[in-house]
Amino acid sequence: MKQLFALLSGLVFGFGLIISGMSDPAKILNFLDVMGTWDPSLAFVMGGAIAVTGPGFAWLTRNRERPFFDDKFRLPTATDLDLKLLTGASIFGIGWGLGGFCPGPALTALPIAASGTLIFIPFMLGGMWLARHTSDLTVASPKGAPQ
Amino acid sequence: METAFTPWLSLGGGMIIGASAVLLMATNGRIAGISGLTSRAFSRSTDGEARGVSALFVLGLMLAAPIWFLVSGDWPQQWVPSNLPLMGLAGVLVGFGAVYGNGCTSGHGVCGISRGSVRSIVATATFMSAAFVTVLVTRHLIGV
Repeated sequence: MKQLFALLSGLVFGFGLIISGMSDPAKILNFLDVMGTWDPSLAFVMGGAIAVTGPGFAWLTRNRERPFFDDKFRLPTATDLDLKLLTGASIFGIGWGLGGFCPGPALTALPIAASGTLIFIPFMLGGMWLARHTSDLTVASPKGAPQ
Repeated sequence: METAFTPWLSLGGGMIIGASAVLLMATNGRIAGISGLTSRAFSRSTDGEARGVSALFVLGLMLAAPIWFLVSGDWPQQWVPSNLPLMGLAGVLVGFGAVYGNGCTSGHGVCGISRGSVRSIVATATFMSAAFVTVLVTRHLIGV
């Protein structure tokens, strides 16, 4: 049952991205282009999503011991603001600003098969592989974020 | 190129994204963080069950546009940058950065902020700032 709901959740997420316009990199890049052709839509997407997820998560963790089809809620427990978090977020942000794609929209847009998407996805998977095999860059180079 | 400001569709689509995150948490107890789910779907060190669930979520995500096409007769409107070396570089940075920083727009930006996680709020502020600066540089200073 949980497998079915995982598939369904992904499908619903994809429809949300399409309806909100977020599967279109042009809308992302324009959100980020405050000095140019600014399109504030993305802020409304984030607002709408948080307005549902915030109360939804709060209700679940307050009223349920565990999820409906699994034995526990897997919530992140880390609280430290380490260099790894900041380095990763900075690198992610630069890539997001270059291509206008983050992972969800890129995977949703993959079947539309634009050449830019067909290149983006395998390189993204390669980057993920690289990150899984990089234990902690910040130990090797204390200066941190490569620009 | 210009895009139309779509406050209501974006708000509604955002709420659907939120509903998906709540659905996944309610049924599977997992954060709807796309970079984490995608990385786990492709990682051999992940246990089989987590891998399967992650892969099915990603599959669902990829089925949305084809179903949209079958129902409406049109693919969702989009404009993807056609500079392929740039898109390859963007892909590596997005994939690496999201997994290295433990989350992307969905995991930190939506789910993390919704939980009031300080780490996620800081991560979101960081990647937003980096992205704003990147677009400022590429579009207005060097004109890619």
